[in-house]
Amino acid sequence: MPPQLDADAILADNSIRIVVCCGPGGVGKTTTAAALALRAAELHGRHTVVLTIDPARRLAQSLGLVELDNTPRQVKGVAGGELFAMMLDMKRTFDEVVLAHTDPNRAEEIFANPFYQAMSSTFSGTQEYMAMEKLGQLRATNEWDLIVVDTPPSRSALDFLDAPARLARFLDGRMLRLLLAPARAGGRSVFSLMTAASAMFTKVVHKIVGAQLLTDLSGFVSALDSMFGGFRERAEQTYRILQDRETAFFVVAAPESDALREAAFFSRRLGEERMPLAGLILNKVHRVEAPALSADESLAAAAVLDELGDHTATAGTLRIHAALAQQTVRENRVAAEFRAAHPTVPVATVAALASDVHDLDGLRDIGAALTG
Amino acid sequence: MWPARLHVVTGKGGTGKTTVAAALALALATGGQRTLLVEVEGRQGIAQLFDTMPLPYEELRIASAPGGGEVRALAVDAEEALMEYLDLFYKLGRAGKALRKLGAIDFATTVAPGMRDVLLTGKIKEATTRSFDGRRVYHAVVLDAPPTGRIGRFLNVTAETARLAKLGPIKTQSEGVAAILRSPMTSVHVVTLLEEMPVQETVDAVAELSALGIPIGNIVVNAARPALLAGTKVTRAELRRGLAAAGLPDDRALVAGLHSEAAAYLTRQELEESLRAELAELGRPLVELPLLSAGVDRTGLGTLAGVLLAGGGGPVPDTLA
Repeated sequence: MPPQLDADAILADNSIRIVVCCGPGGVGKTTTAAALALRAAELHGRHTVVLTIDPARRLAQSLGLVELDNTPRQVKGVAGGELFAMMLDMKRTFDEVVLAHTDPNRAEEIFANPFYQAMSSTFSGTQEYMAMEKLGQLRATNEWDLIVVDTPPSRSALDFLDAPARLARFLDGRMLRLLLAPARAGGRSVFSLMTAASAMFTKVVHKIVGAQLLTDLSGFVSALDSMFGGFRERAEQTYRILQDRETAFFVVAAPESDALREAAFFSRRLGEERMPLAGLILNKVHRVEAPALSADESLAAAAVLDELGDHTATAGTLRIHAALAQQTVRENRVAAEFRAAHPTVPVATVAALASDVHDLDGLRDIGAALTG
Repeated sequence: MWPARLHVVTGKGGTGKTTVAAALALALATGGQRTLLVEVEGRQGIAQLFDTMPLPYEELRIASAPGGGEVRALAVDAEEALMEYLDLFYKLGRAGKALRKLGAIDFATTVAPGMRDVLLTGKIKEATTRSFDGRRVYHAVVLDAPPTGRIGRFLNVTAETARLAKLGPIKTQSEGVAAILRSPMTSVHVVTLLEEMPVQETVDAVAELSALGIPIGNIVVNAARPALLAGTKVTRAELRRGLAAAGLPDDRALVAGLHSEAAAYLTRQELEESLRAELAELGRPLVELPLLSAGVDRTGLGTLAGVLLAGGGGPVPDTLA
């Protein structure tokens, strides 16, 4: 039997400064992050900030978040500790990074460039990169005992690990330079085929996208030129923080085969990257309240009542119970498969709730369920 | 119910939009038609669903539909689409392969954020309008589209590229795509679950797409559970009598357990009802697909396709019986 995940021990541990919640979409990652942060503040007296990416509106409201403003705001109604919450503003975070690495005139030039505008709001991976950037910033202030981060709902749950490197690679712009350099074909080097190909490519790109686009691109690249080193350095720094013992990763998943497949993939990947996986939080787990009655017995009894033509409420209840019992069997099976394949990963389970969480009491319930 | 030729299926991650897209492709192929099921995000979700090898950049038959129809599937890859495009217009030949080795193609599809989407949607437009011997090759094309959070940006290719490319073939191409996406030929369907976040994203996506002038089709409520206990009140006394009548022990623990399960179910149902009402306010047809207790396999897809053809919303098959 794999070990039970003790989230309280992690939240209480003063050497843990960062908690990252990751996992597939739709499993309650944001809610879990908020519940962990609230518990750390209330029960363990830690000065905590939770960085959310895209919370449900009512959950955001319960944390007192009304807009993207990139500033941690104190959550009202927290008993016995202090909790701050913020929503990530991707564009503003990117702007701040630019400002931090270049002089104001250069920054204005960059902000005005259409490529920057497109990239800072749409480049795939920008949100992930900026979430990690924000984490780095929060960590650097040394203002918080504990930072809890929710990760963006990505195409792949791993995007936030890869995005910094991808963005740095992009900004490193070897290809950009190749594209923008005047084509110097010919010559007798072994690279002549490649050179010819790239000259042709440049010509084709010029034709397709037009000279105006290349001028903008060129402006963008030269304006960012001074910042390449800075971007890379920051990405590497954040990566090191994530590998440090002060960080704990929680993989959040629901007991469904798709979600657990992604969780398994993620657990492996964290291991490969030498990032500290604290455990799996299995969310939205169903439980029967009347375990003495099996699904089959329940359905058979419902059929008997249908025959009698009476007791529709009981028959309906028996069918609800049967469906729940069947679902529990399925969930237990996929969870057992995960445990067997990952015997060293500690697991905590949280029961499915009848309604969605949108107040601090709801978050407290989840926190309590998580830890015992 | 499904008059369009290009069906764009979006929804929040985890709502089952790939399943719905596949079931719709199957439904529209019923009766001897040919449909194309397309994915664009490199997830190989279609291959997983149909339990086949990863799809290449090629239109391959993936399923047959009742009445002699067939579904073909295609995983569009931005790089491949660019190569195809370049080959078509510029006859790159071997130079193209060298470029790929250099990473130039990868680069070109990343460098201009809109370019990627222009290529992907361009390929979809081509498949939708393709004809052979004066006849349409596909009766319908169903796109397993990016999720609600990215759908507006994905479909609104012109705005993005117009900012970047003011002249040239990219601009012409994106204008052609934009015209199709805003015509009655296209319909965007939003898949949701009866849960708070997916419904919120559905409402947001409908607002965003309406503002962009992109036609919205149906709202598909996936994994809907049968409404048991509708209008009945479950008391402990009734449960005791009912259990006794069915020949089961009416002991306290059992009665209490069943009672609290019924109460949780009714709480959930009440919430689902209010979410359903919120969706109804969008003024689009609601199509409900039943939760398949055995999970979604090939048989399950057939069931869902049948419900989609019937227009959904009818009596939910009793999957518990």
